[in-house]
Amino acid sequence: MLHVLTDNWDIFGRAFATTIKLFVVGAIGSLILGVLLGAFRVSPVPVLRGVAGTYVNIMQNTPLTLVFAFMAFAVPKLEVDLDYLTGAYVALIVYTAAFICEVVRSGINTVPAGQAEAARAVGMTFPQVLRIVVLPQAMRSMVAPTMSMLIALLKNTTVAAGFSVLESGAIPAYMSERGEPQLPVLVWITIGFLLIIVPLVLLQRYLERRWSVAR
Amino acid sequence: MSSSVLYDLPGPRARARNRASSIVSAVLVAALLAFVIYRFWQSGQFDPLKWQQFEYQAIQLQLLDGLGNTLLAAGIATVFALAFGAVFAAARISDHRLVRLPAVGVVELFRAIPLLILMFFWYYIPRDYGIKIDAMWAVILGLTLYNGSVLAEVFRAGIAAVPRGQAEAAYALGLRKTQVIMSILLPQAVRSMLPTIVSQLVVLLKDTALGFIVTYPELLYVGKQMGGRLTFGFPYVPVYLVIALIYIGLCALLSGLAHWLERRTRRTGRAMPIAVDADLAVEEAEEAALRQQRHP
Repeated sequence: MLHVLTDNWDIFGRAFATTIKLFVVGAIGSLILGVLLGAFRVSPVPVLRGVAGTYVNIMQNTPLTLVFAFMAFAVPKLEVDLDYLTGAYVALIVYTAAFICEVVRSGINTVPAGQAEAARAVGMTFPQVLRIVVLPQAMRSMVAPTMSMLIALLKNTTVAAGFSVLESGAIPAYMSERGEPQLPVLVWITIGFLLIIVPLVLLQRYLERRWSVAR
Repeated sequence: MSSSVLYDLPGPRARARNRASSIVSAVLVAALLAFVIYRFWQSGQFDPLKWQQFEYQAIQLQLLDGLGNTLLAAGIATVFALAFGAVFAAARISDHRLVRLPAVGVVELFRAIPLLILMFFWYYIPRDYGIKIDAMWAVILGLTLYNGSVLAEVFRAGIAAVPRGQAEAAYALGLRKTQVIMSILLPQAVRSMLPTIVSQLVVLLKDTALGFIVTYPELLYVGKQMGGRLTFGFPYVPVYLVIALIYIGLCALLSGLAHWLERRTRRTGRAMPIAVDADLAVEEAEEAALRQQRHP
């Protein structure tokens, strides 16, 4: 059992390093894009609201595998130079951002209307209302669902395996070539994922407790 | 709270400002779209040759066949996942620790493993032992384990969210636990769970596309074959656009059903629907259950 891991450490090590890279880059990228889209979604400008709404509707109803396939096969046909790893980053970011956008929107919706009304009553402008009153409160209820989305993102990185990226989901194919039995291989991959996910879940629980809204 | 609560009714200056930002952003969006279309045109995506495939009946049938395989896998997996979820939800609310704890372990484990890896378990391991298993079953069983575990949580949370008085009254009448759950709690819980269940089915339908990676000939797999045809100038872009439209249409239909169910439940006013997002729903229901424990 153990020798499957030690004999093939070259593949396992590289693959999980790529998985973590995909996760970190994907998380940062989708948080930035997602918060931006979330801001669009609640903005007073109808065009921006429409754009963000359409984007979210399209992305949430498209399978991630299709987004990956588009990046890997269709985008090069548009004469855009995109290698598989960059394509994987882009696919993960544009897909996850739609879900982060929804988290931001529903987070803002959890803040009682009275808060924003009171802030406006004392004469705050729209940016002030958001920055000083609404967002700090909304942040608290956004922490847990954001972490759920990031955990989903981590699991979604495995889809890149179908598109020539050597990450943890691609290990079975490599091991198949080396003639290793697949049961220990898959068990090791599972353990690897649990080792990354369990701390994330614990962090989520901790943040949730620490940031829970006292209303 | 609707987003309009964030800002006052616009006065003349705000209206002018909003109009200005509307115009600027509309121009930017239009420019972006124009650039994409230009890119399409420049790389010859509007070449009739690339779209010609869709005119052939054989290819239409092939596409339909892929769609059929997608729906078949999704349909079977839905039935299995609902059954799996029901069994494990029942085990999780059992009074016997020996039944409850393994169920908790299984549900938590399958929710943590990436779905693709779950499919690989069914795809690679039977081969190692010389058993021929169709790729379709790898897809279905993978989907069942993951979505079944999520549904088990949804069921459990839904039952926990029924007001405690209902169960107490039923026990007071002398019903047994099975009777309380089957004839009192479940009928009420199903109403509030339905939207969440349907949105989980949207997730399941989307995830059938992972079948592409384990070589199950579903919609996306057919798309790759169609896109890879030299005769039609490798029409990946048109084919994927068409396939995306099909997926979006299917999922929008199901999401629409979920929203309709949610609205209907809300209108009758007896049961509050749990939120559409499964994880959120679980948390909210748990919170509700906790609140009730704290303030009986």
